[in-house]
Parts: sequence; C-alpha cells; structure tokens
Amino acid sequence: MTRKHLNSAALGAAAVIVFVFSVFPVYWMINTSLQPNNQIRTVVPNFVPANFTLRNYETVLFDTTRSDFMPALGNSLMVTISTVVIALVFAFLASLAVTRFRFRSRKGFILAILIIQMIPAEAMIVSTYRVLDSWSLLNTIAGLTLVYVATVLPFTIWTLRGFVNGIPIDLEEAAMIDGCSRTGAFWKITFPLLAPGLVATGVFGFIQAWNEFLLALVVNSRPEMMTLPVWLRTFQVATGTTNWAAIMAGSTLMAIPVVIFFLVVQGRMTGGLVSGAVKG
Amino acid sequence: MSTHSPALEVAPGGTDGSRQVAPVPPESPRPVRRRPRSARMAPAILLIPASLILIVVIGYPLLQLVIMSFQEFGREQVFGKPAPFVGLDNYVRVLTDSQFWAVLGRSVAFAAVNVVVTMLIGTLIALLLTRLNKGFKLLVSVGLLLAWAMPALTAVIVWGWMFDTQYGVVNYVLGMITGQDLHGNSWLSNPLSFFLVATIIITWQSVPFVAFTIYAGLTQVPEEVLEAAQLDGANGPKRFFLVTFPYLRSIFLVVTVLQVIWDLRVFTQIYALQGIGGVREQTSTLGVYIYQTSLGTGDYGAGGAIAVIMVIIMMAISLYYVRQSIKDEDL
Repeated sequence: MTRKHLNSAALGAAAVIVFVFSVFPVYWMINTSLQPNNQIRTVVPNFVPANFTLRNYETVLFDTTRSDFMPALGNSLMVTISTVVIALVFAFLASLAVTRFRFRSRKGFILAILIIQMIPAEAMIVSTYRVLDSWSLLNTIAGLTLVYVATVLPFTIWTLRGFVNGIPIDLEEAAMIDGCSRTGAFWKITFPLLAPGLVATGVFGFIQAWNEFLLALVVNSRPEMMTLPVWLRTFQVATGTTNWAAIMAGSTLMAIPVVIFFLVVQGRMTGGLVSGAVKG
Repeated sequence: MSTHSPALEVAPGGTDGSRQVAPVPPESPRPVRRRPRSARMAPAILLIPASLILIVVIGYPLLQLVIMSFQEFGREQVFGKPAPFVGLDNYVRVLTDSQFWAVLGRSVAFAAVNVVVTMLIGTLIALLLTRLNKGFKLLVSVGLLLAWAMPALTAVIVWGWMFDTQYGVVNYVLGMITGQDLHGNSWLSNPLSFFLVATIIITWQSVPFVAFTIYAGLTQVPEEVLEAAQLDGANGPKRFFLVTFPYLRSIFLVVTVLQVIWDLRVFTQIYALQGIGGVREQTSTLGVYIYQTSLGTGDYGAGGAIAVIMVIIMMAISLYYVRQSIKDEDL
C-alpha cells in the first residue's frame, strides 16, 4: 500500500513538473508585460507583477511613433480572413469533387495534394518572391493572401475531405429524390452539415496564416505592409534588449487570438495528421 | 487533370450512377449508366479553383526555382539582366563549398537531437497521462495545450527574454540552484548553448503534439493483452517494448517522420534567435542558409541549387508519410 502511495505521489510530482515547465513561459510573458520596464530590469526578477501597469499595452497599441502594431494588426486580419474564406470555398469544392465523384485523375489529385503539402516553403522563398514581383504583387494584401491560400489549401482539402466523407451520401440522395438538384443538395444538405468541419478547418487555416513568418518577411517587407509576426520581430530587433516589457505586451497581444482559437479546435484537428497511422 | 478524358471510371449503381458511398473494388462488375455530360464535367469544374491556385503559386515558382538553379543569377538578373544558363555550375559550387556541408551537417545533427529528445519526452508524458487521475490529467493537458498553441515566433521571443544575458529569469534561477553568479551569462553567443536554447524552444512546442498523439494510441492498446503479459510476469518496461510498442509502431513512425520533416525545415526559431543574439555563420541551418545566400548575399543561383537539394531531401523523407497517409484511406 505504501509503495502505491509513493508511486502516485511521484506521478503527481511529475505531472506538476510538466505543467510548470509548459506554462511558465506563457506566464512569464504575461507577467513581464504587466510591469513597468524599469521594474523588470532587476537582479532578482519579480515572479508576480510589481507595480502592476497596462502602460506597455498602451505603448504597443497606441504609441504610433514607436510601434506599428495597429497597421500590422490590420494587415494580419485582412490577409488571414481573406485566406481562410478563399481557402475554405476552394477546398469545399475540391473536397466534394474527390469524395462525391469517381473520375480518372482523382487519386492523382489527392496524391498531388499530399506531396505539395510537403514542399518546404523555406526552399521556395526566392522564386515565390520573383513570381510575385513579376506580377507587381509584392507588398500587397492580395499577393500575400494568394501565397497563403496555396499554403493552407492542401491541408484544408485533405481535412475537409475527411469531414465530407463522414456525411452520409444518402441524405443528398434523399433530397434529390425529393426534387432537389444536385447543386441544391450540396448547398442545402451537405454544406450545413459540414459546418463544424468548416469551422475547425477554417480556424486551423487562420492559425497558420496568422503565425506565418518567413513568407511574410520576404514578400511583405515594407513597414506599412508588415503582418504581426514580422512586426513583432522588427520591434524586438529595434528595441533590442532595452524594452522587454513592451515586447512581451506585443507578444501577448499576438498570441491571444491564436491560443483561444487553438484551444477551441485542437481536439478535432490533430487526428487528421496521423489518421493513416492510427488506423493502420 | 487530363483534359481529354471526360470518361469517368466505372461507378456502382443506385438511382444515379455518379454518386457512390464506398469505394468499389475494380473487379466487382456493376451495371453502369452513361451519365450526362454535365455530371461528367462536374468534378473538373469543382477542382479548377484549387488546382489553378496550386499550379500558379506552387507549381510555377517550383519550376522557376529549378530553372534558376541552372542559371547564373545574381542581383543584376533580379533587375532584369538576362540570366545565362551555366549547366551544373551552381550545384558544383554548392557541393564543393565546405560551408554548405557544415550547414547541412549542422541541420541534420540539430534535427536528430531534437527528434530524439522530443520523441523521448513526448512518449514519457504520454505514458504519464495514462497513469494520472482525472485532475492531474487535466492539469497536464492544459499546460501542454498552452505551450502548443503559442505562435512559434512569440515563443522564441519569450524564451529569448527568459534567457536574456542581463535580466533573464533562467540565469537567476540556475544561479540560485547552483549557487554561482550567472548574471551576465550569455547563452546565445556560444553556438553550442545557442542550439541548446533552440532545442529547448522547439522541444517545448513539439512535445505536446507527440504526447497527445501517442497517448491517443496508447488508449487503443487492448487492456487484456497487457494484463496477460503482466500475468506472464512481464514488468513495466518489458510490457512497453514487447506489447505496447509493436501496437503503436506505425504511430511512432509517422510521428517521428513528421518531427524529422519539421525539425529539418526549422527557420523561424533559428532566424529569430539570431536576431536576439547569435553568431550567424556558426548557427545557420538549411532554411536560414538559403535565405542568407539568396536574399543576403544575392547569389540566387546558388541559393536556388541549395533549395532544390533541400526539396529533394524533404521529398525523400516525406514519401513514407505520404504512403502512410493514403494507406487505408478511401482513395
């Protein structure tokens, strides 16, 4: 019995260690962001906010001489939302094609999707830059959106395909027997039933586009066209190590929407990455 | 898509032959009706938007990349000077450059360490999750989810602050534990500790995915088999390696392959850490090196060649993942 007690105490301790190690950086970010900058430059760090203040957030959000947060937020929102909407529409159409029809190049298309997903963006930066340049799309919302749509499309199609497969085709057939056209059946029956799948996939695309750093850095490098990740990095380099409090406030602001969204969809999305293996 | 093949594959019967519920093995002959032309064109029309965007934004630049890697391509060419073809010159130049091999070796070693550490910790946490009661399980899950949800760039910057030379909390805590004065200890200027910090950041963010996925797999292992093994006298580690692991072999393989791919591609973490304080020449990995060679130095030809080499390496590793993904799927 004592051995068992000892065992469960050890397990509990391990759980607490994992928790602390996982959460501490997030806590430290928020903790730092809520203190005046001179308070964090102390030999003994403050483990709870000393002289609680929201001034860092004010600096980041409204001090336009020092921070381009607001324009960057605007760019990020525009690019991310356009990306999600366009990618969802295109992916919905494509996933209908590959789930509800049999045609000769179907397997080839799905295979191509999976392979394209594996092409590293790191290798493509220069040619992407040149292609966008030749179409005068550098430093535009449209250009970055175009790139992001292509980036998130393969995963979006692949996952939506799974969700569409989960909707019984009998429902569409029943609607068509009742006189609905095929397109009508898709819109009135499949589309609403797909809503949870669309939300989950859309949120995943949102997170990807919101966090993307490399392509944004290369394609939209002009200060007024930066997205939030590029802004944060630029802000960090510009302030150097002199104003970590403001940098942490910026980091927190950038992380909040992603963390919330992520917690909402996490359970539904992670299965897709390893579905083949789990079933195999 | 081939444009000249409107004829669709044989589809099973039902009221309308073009719809079907489950995949039908080709050997099962079913009555087929010719569908109207509009039904045969439907999938093509549905695929046009997605295909178009993928061809334009990924296919075409990929082609450009390959072409560029065979050209002399510098800053002048960016501004419109014609780029002469130079055959394999760029590849020869890259492959005989000791710097390239140093970067490649560094990337591979770095990825290997990260993958091993991530898989190890992830598996241990997954096993831990199976033994915890509800409250503790929730605690660990919440922690892991938070770490997982942080944007990569934010994570790097926060960790960069924690490892700060002057006021970093890590120097303070380690100093308290070891009793030494670590104030002013620079983590990022030494390449080895630079990569230690990078590994901590990357592991911190990748462990949750590994832990949750393997945990999901662990719950699938039949209880009876483990009990039988226990009755036969197998201890904990034996039960894991002889019973659990074989059950989860394919999950482990796929997760490992994904980690290899992600860790070999690493860009944001290294690039941002270099911005906080790090010696570029000694810490660049493949992705960062392509960026520097192309946009930094302006040698787009060589950058293109390295990029093509990287694509080939990644594709070779990805083949396994792609094969696993389509296995058992209704294709």
